[in-house]
Amino acid sequence: MKKSMKPFWWGLFGAGGAISALFIPVLLFLNGLAIPLGWVEAPRDEALLALVKHPLTRLFLFALISLSLFHWAHRFRYTLYDGLQLKHLNELVAVLCYGSAMILTLFAGFTLWNI
Amino acid sequence: MPTNIILEISRYRPEAEAEPVFQSYEVPFRKDWVILDALNYIKDNLDGSLSYRWSCRMGVCGSCGMMVNGTPVLTCATFLEKFLPGPIRVEPLKNFPVVRDLVIEMSDFIRKLKQVKPWIIREEEKPLSEGEYLQTPAQLADYKQYSMCINCMLCYAACPIYGLESSFTGPAAIALAQRYNFDNRDQGKKQRMAALSQDGGIWECTLVGECSVVCPKDVDPAGAIQRYKVASTAEWWKSLLMPWSAEGRGQSA
Amino acid sequence: MMTQNPHYTKHHPRWHRVRMPIFWWVHKWVHMKFILRELTSVAVALYALVLLFQIRALTQGSEAYANFLAWLKTPGAIVLHAIAFLFAILHSVTWFNLSPRALVVRIGKKRIPDAVIAASNYVAWVIFSAALAWIILVD
Repeated sequence: MKKSMKPFWWGLFGAGGAISALFIPVLLFLNGLAIPLGWVEAPRDEALLALVKHPLTRLFLFALISLSLFHWAHRFRYTLYDGLQLKHLNELVAVLCYGSAMILTLFAGFTLWNI
Repeated sequence: MPTNIILEISRYRPEAEAEPVFQSYEVPFRKDWVILDALNYIKDNLDGSLSYRWSCRMGVCGSCGMMVNGTPVLTCATFLEKFLPGPIRVEPLKNFPVVRDLVIEMSDFIRKLKQVKPWIIREEEKPLSEGEYLQTPAQLADYKQYSMCINCMLCYAACPIYGLESSFTGPAAIALAQRYNFDNRDQGKKQRMAALSQDGGIWECTLVGECSVVCPKDVDPAGAIQRYKVASTAEWWKSLLMPWSAEGRGQSA
Repeated sequence: MMTQNPHYTKHHPRWHRVRMPIFWWVHKWVHMKFILRELTSVAVALYALVLLFQIRALTQGSEAYANFLAWLKTPGAIVLHAIAFLFAILHSVTWFNLSPRALVVRIGKKRIPDAVIAASNYVAWVIFSAALAWIILVD
């Protein structure tokens, strides 16, 4: 029996859902709203860079960004499939979704490696 | 309290029409009447040609599932009073082909039920001389909820994914698979997993969750499916990283 | 006596099948809520990319980072982030509320109530958010 890849993609979806649910809101709120609107004082550039350079930070950010992308890929693929009934484009949609998640993961890895 | 209430019932007579039509019936309103009582009144007094399924009239046989005002319900458990002043729209269960009037074709569900092998599977049958299987109350509690399914198919009618993708095994079948997977007497996990974790199978489910909302027996098929996804994923990784450990030894009684 | 193997044509009534409309999910609010819930993944992934680009700008020097911060302050960016934030919250709330479905923990005969499982997720959310905020803001 050919081994289905569905459990693998679902596993990534689940991990991505969990990590993004826990960490995205606070990061979005701080970086996208609170700091730009001046509700809190922005951290100094040097301090932020030092924080980001830390290997644990980079590992965490890689996991957060990559898993969030794979979470989107799996979920969006099914949303297109069910919401717009794009059954005939199933292969194409899967390749576009998982493919872009993979490419962007590579880009994230490259960016975070070369800090 | 009104004396009468109107039911708009979907009629479909394949020998006479190409599409279903609605026909209105006025039935007496009684506070203690359910939709099924109204249907029986129609059949006995107004229109004997109305076709529908029913049996126990007390919510245990699963025969009388229909769409009432767009929601799948057991007609023997749904009171007329809830829909005052009416009219009440009664249609056959959604997502199944309609054979006639309110009767649907359910062989797809039966086929899927057989696929999940809803019986105790043993690697080796225990001979009578060895006595009974023993099961503690805690072990019973593991699967009892999923054993309450009466195969009424309301969950299939509520599931938009089943409506879109006929290869989806569906809520009740998966919940029943879990009923046996979690039973300590069963050793058939691997056999069921082979059938369910292929493409199609359980993976079409996107946790809309409507199945558990409409279930008249609180089986929570949505929960059964999510747990199966977790178990299936864990099994996928286990077979990849530790191919020597074969899943499905199961618990012995 | 019946004839052996009578030849007859089995009567098969024409079943009526209803096709689901493409926009089946606009007809019921429950289904609309479901689609919105699924679409939260778009906002979450887009923000993950914004975060990535912010980090990239940070490592490209103070001018590049200053430009990025300036973009974040534009009304357009604020509005987009506010919308994304709402979707992100929707994702977190629906995710934590559904977590008891996948995670059933039983101690003896008693099952840990769904509310407790969900609540522990929320507690973790608060703790992790506070920790991250502290790490970022406190020098």
